[in-house]
Amino acid sequence: MEQPAVMNKKRVQTGSTTRAFAKPHVIEEWVGKVYTALCILVLVITIGAIVYFVSSRGLATFFVDGVSLGGLLGGLKWEPEGDIPLYGALPFIFGSFSTSVLAALMAAPLGMCAAVFMTQIMPGFGKKVLQPVIELLAGIPSVVFGFVGLSVVVPVLRAIFPGQGIGIAAGSIVLSLMILPTITTIATDALAALPRGLKEGSFALGATRWQTIYRIVLPTTLPSLLTGVVLGMSRAFGEALAVQMVIGNSPHIPHSLFESASTLTSAITLDMGNTVMGSTHNNALWSLALILLSMTFVFVFVVRFLERRNKR
Amino acid sequence: MNAKTADRIATATIIGVASLIVLILAGLLGFILFRGVSHISFDFLTSVPQTIKAGGGIGPQLFNSLFLLLLTLIITIPLGLGAGIYMSEYAKPGRLTDSIRLVVEVLSSFPSIVVGLFGLLVIVNLFGFGFSLFSGALALTVFNLPLMVRITEQSLKGVPREQKEASLALGLSRWKTITSVMLPIATPTIVTGTILAAGRVFGEAAALLFTAGMSSPRLDFSNWNPLSPTSPLNPFRPAETLAVHIWKINSEGLAPDAAEIAAGASAVLVITVLLFNFSARWFGRYLHRRFTATK
Repeated sequence: MEQPAVMNKKRVQTGSTTRAFAKPHVIEEWVGKVYTALCILVLVITIGAIVYFVSSRGLATFFVDGVSLGGLLGGLKWEPEGDIPLYGALPFIFGSFSTSVLAALMAAPLGMCAAVFMTQIMPGFGKKVLQPVIELLAGIPSVVFGFVGLSVVVPVLRAIFPGQGIGIAAGSIVLSLMILPTITTIATDALAALPRGLKEGSFALGATRWQTIYRIVLPTTLPSLLTGVVLGMSRAFGEALAVQMVIGNSPHIPHSLFESASTLTSAITLDMGNTVMGSTHNNALWSLALILLSMTFVFVFVVRFLERRNKR
Repeated sequence: MNAKTADRIATATIIGVASLIVLILAGLLGFILFRGVSHISFDFLTSVPQTIKAGGGIGPQLFNSLFLLLLTLIITIPLGLGAGIYMSEYAKPGRLTDSIRLVVEVLSSFPSIVVGLFGLLVIVNLFGFGFSLFSGALALTVFNLPLMVRITEQSLKGVPREQKEASLALGLSRWKTITSVMLPIATPTIVTGTILAAGRVFGEAAALLFTAGMSSPRLDFSNWNPLSPTSPLNPFRPAETLAVHIWKINSEGLAPDAAEIAAGASAVLVITVLLFNFSARWFGRYLHRRFTATK
């Protein structure tokens, strides 16, 4: 009776090895853990690489080419092709900040009204009509916004105001439409998450709906509302093509809102393809990208700060 | 002022603003479609663009956009699902998880142009993929990944606790629980989110300017060998997408009918994105019905 003995032996062997490390579900568990951890690792490495490469390029302007930090951040003249090349990025920084702040100022009231409408005034109609509208607006690609800006906003501004119609005003109008969905969605979520008791208490005291909204609802949700506005601004700050198409792209600080200007993103978009990798001009563009990157971090931390305020 | 009057004025203002927003969107869509649809024809959708003559089409660009989207999704979905599962199921609360969460958040708010520059420096030059569909797909992956992670994480969090615990109590491993119990339940949400994200990718241009390139080589649509440089299927050829094309003809278009082409191409782009949106809702609902046996 050799056969059973062999089988028995085998079974014992496999049994002991599986008990040690080859139980199918243990392997399964490891596959899962390793696979998901690798995916996360890719994500973390990617962001590390982005920060490293953009900073190494952006800082080369200062360390290799000897442009001073103050000269770049505070200089008023951007003349990389001049006899004495000048790399003053202040006009771009000014353009970026003014367009995104103006866009946020225009979009914030609209977005908050929309959110109040959807949650407090006509929830049924708001859910059925306004919410899909906002979602559609969020889906429209930025180049299409740029195209519409170029063929509608710019001519209208040209007809009403002096100048060519291009400039910061056109840029911020286009941007405000683009960030409206961001602000509205976050505000709506915040207002919908408000405990019912607060509102009902206010109504029970005899307050009108508007009193309830601006005395109770808005102050309670203020940090979340601001989060939406900051996220919208951050999106406006980083938006490239839509702004580039309507802002005019001249590297000066404009004297009015209707004069050609430039932003960080538009300068990078236009010049990056025309410069040689490694030249000072090219490195200066990378410095602009580095400014964009650092502003992203600033925005993220402001949002985090606001969220922490909100949790308390 | 009387509190009731104030209430009425405020209500009227808010309703006014809400209708203004609806009007703006209606005007926007109306303008794009009205200007563009008259220019869309079978010929426009299939013929090659002309640089200085009138009558160019957007055939290669449309194909490039769809192909690039496909490549991006092939790379993004496995990575995004894995990372999302990690964040929702394996990550233990603590400092490490918090910092990973911060990383995802930062990555999702990077300006797309910066992602494009990173692609130019690392994927195009350092890895030597050149201006190609593949570089573009990798750049779009960077851009799309955080969104995908968030979608997966949120939909897994939405799975009822009891179902997960029942599966674990039956002795299934965690991975088996995730793949066989939780993912099927979460699939409708994940699919909806993915299609919406795909719509965003489809319209993205800034990240592609410096990765997929701004030119399209002459394509031979009868050549289906993916290694040949004239084949539309070759992932290592430069490719101008529809969104990039719209930007290019608006800023440096020489063709006499550049404005019409831009309008037509914008309309195609918007219609496609709308299709994505509607199909996402419909498909999500359909999957939900199939998977949960609700009517």
